[in-house]
Amino acid sequence: MAQITMARALNTALRDAMEADDRVVLLGEDVGTLGGVFRITDGLLKDFGEQRVMDTPLAESAIMGVSIGLALRGYRPVPEMQFDGFSYPALDQIISHLAKYRNRSAGTQPMPVVCRIPYGGAIGAVEHHSESPEAIYGHTAGLKVVTPSSAADAYSLLRQSIESDDPVIFLEPKRRYWAKQEVDLPVSTEPIGKARVLREGSDLTLVAYGPMVKVAMDAAEAAQEEGVGSLEVIDLRSLVPLDDATLVASAAKTGRMVVVHEAPQFLGMGAEVAARVSEAAFFHLEAPVLRCTGLDIPYPPARLEEAHLPGVDRVLWTVQRSLDF
Amino acid sequence: MDQTDEQVRLLGEDGTLLQHDTYKVDLTDEDLCDLYRQLVVVRRIDVEGNNLQRQGQLGIWAPCLGQEAAQVGSARALRPDDFVFPSYREHGVVYVRAGMEVLSVLGLYRGANLSGWDPQRHKLAQYSIPIGTQALHAVGYAIGAKWDGAEVCAVAYFGDGATSEGDVSEAFNFAAVHSAPVVFFCQNNQWAISVPLAKQMAGPVYKRAFGFGFPGVQVDGNDVLAVYAVTRAAAERARDGAGPTLIEAITYRLGAHTTTDDPTRYRTSDELDMWKAREPIGRYRAFLERAGLWTEALEGEVQAEADRVAAEVRATVEHMPDPPLSDLVDHVYADPPATLMAQWRQLEEFEAQFQAEG
Ligand SMILES: Cc1ncc(C[n+]2csc(CCOP(=O)(O)OP(=O)(O)O)c2C)c(N)n1
Ligand SMILES: [Mg+2]
Repeated sequence: MAQITMARALNTALRDAMEADDRVVLLGEDVGTLGGVFRITDGLLKDFGEQRVMDTPLAESAIMGVSIGLALRGYRPVPEMQFDGFSYPALDQIISHLAKYRNRSAGTQPMPVVCRIPYGGAIGAVEHHSESPEAIYGHTAGLKVVTPSSAADAYSLLRQSIESDDPVIFLEPKRRYWAKQEVDLPVSTEPIGKARVLREGSDLTLVAYGPMVKVAMDAAEAAQEEGVGSLEVIDLRSLVPLDDATLVASAAKTGRMVVVHEAPQFLGMGAEVAARVSEAAFFHLEAPVLRCTGLDIPYPPARLEEAHLPGVDRVLWTVQRSLDF
Repeated sequence: MDQTDEQVRLLGEDGTLLQHDTYKVDLTDEDLCDLYRQLVVVRRIDVEGNNLQRQGQLGIWAPCLGQEAAQVGSARALRPDDFVFPSYREHGVVYVRAGMEVLSVLGLYRGANLSGWDPQRHKLAQYSIPIGTQALHAVGYAIGAKWDGAEVCAVAYFGDGATSEGDVSEAFNFAAVHSAPVVFFCQNNQWAISVPLAKQMAGPVYKRAFGFGFPGVQVDGNDVLAVYAVTRAAAERARDGAGPTLIEAITYRLGAHTTTDDPTRYRTSDELDMWKAREPIGRYRAFLERAGLWTEALEGEVQAEADRVAAEVRATVEHMPDPPLSDLVDHVYADPPATLMAQWRQLEEFEAQFQAEG
């Protein structure tokens, strides 16, 4: 088996999808000659040409609106937003049209558009380059919201997203781009909508996705070593649709749950998971579902991001609060 | 200001002074020498930015190398009570307008602050990284100033890439409809990261203004005297109530997009060499020599000032403390919600316990 990075897995997924279907086209800022600022589209212009790998003018609303038009013409566009914080000009097109097209056409018009967005912090970046906008997209009915935490999932989830007739917001955890995993491509993992229990445990369930999965796994490992307890770890993989069944079964088993994410807490994924689990597993819970998240603040300057973002210590501290409840 | 198809130039490539029907050089000898000082100091600040990034003192740096004349010339043409809206590469504008406030810019790129100066202090907005967004702020400020009867203008700086954003076209139109006192200053440095002009637009930037109903002018952005003259005229026109002007300054980004960028992936060394030969400071110095204004003494003074500023930049950045943890929450709201304050107390509790545990 080969050691490959998530960046490489994403690049290969795009290449394989383009080879499998010549209606798959890529467009975005600097995705062509440069291969994207994170090199996710590296080499694709050379092999597929300017029509299928388009360096666009600097205009996110245009990138998304043009993608919608291409989809109406039968293409399967995979637009890239260069960074999380620069996806906002496209929100009007995404919320008003991309998400609503099927519904407004009485189910007749599919919108097979996959909007790739590098997201999240911990890379020491300047402002607007470290945001976690998943709740905005999750709150917009009509969109699927998918986020891998490993190279294998990055490959498989991106392939599945491109094959989906529903629009997908594909959130790539940029701090994990260069993390390696043993995997042979192509690889097929669970379908979109299925969470994965990454580690079995009996005392408490940690729920994470994207950039926080590694942190949750490290915390579970530390909890085991330090005798804190046996933690189960769930990787959501897809935020919409959300795998209620896996969450509820795990909460029923362990009786305690902590949701971990970088995004602010208020109206975030943690709130959604907590509400659902409380509703469906209330009598199994030994403690309220707790959240370990970023603060409800604009993303701070890089020199403060470590305090803002959940790390292993803060996850364990939250775990202890749950265990002590 | 008439519609013109020719690029305004007052300096030939060898520094000879050119005649122009509309734009003249009317600076005193002292000002002409001070302009040289500012150009040289700005270039040195930029060199320090690159060095400090390489040494790990800054997270990233966006070099302004090659664009000094466009930035210094335009900023110098403004009055203290005009209001400036920069993008993220306008270190020269910040230095001319606000002197050593440029240290805050280094703090931003260090990751120690979020630009954090008071925009009213130097009538200078924070850097705006989301491309093109600040153009609309300039229009709003200008409309307000007009309502207040103030004889000031607002200036928006942005790049060639930015002209593709909807916000910039919206700003042109809004300003035109309101005859707002705005100067739109586009530094066309030929590249938006790896995207060349030809993939960004199919016609010149300055001509768009005419379609929106106001004048546009193209100026040699590496000719500091032409940039100064054109900007001064546009600012005066705005303050006189005649409405907006779009200035397209043709220049070149001689450095990388930022220190994380590798321009060899997308542009040729021939192109770079061609523009290096046209860089603005050598040309201006040649002009000063021809005018009999350049002396060894002037050069000595200017270099000494650049050395002094560079030393201050280095010392300040190397000793710049990390911001206090309370900066996370202190400036988010005038009246913070209780939910945020509860979160903050919890974080403090966590940090305290962590420290107690060692
Ligand atoms: C809305 C938005 N989209 C994308 C980016 C990422 N980005 C930063 S600079 C840049 C290119 C800007 O080019 P230009 O306007 O010509 O300015 P220059 O960098 O050449 O000064 C891009 C795409 C951004 N900062 N904001
Ligand atoms: Mg540019």
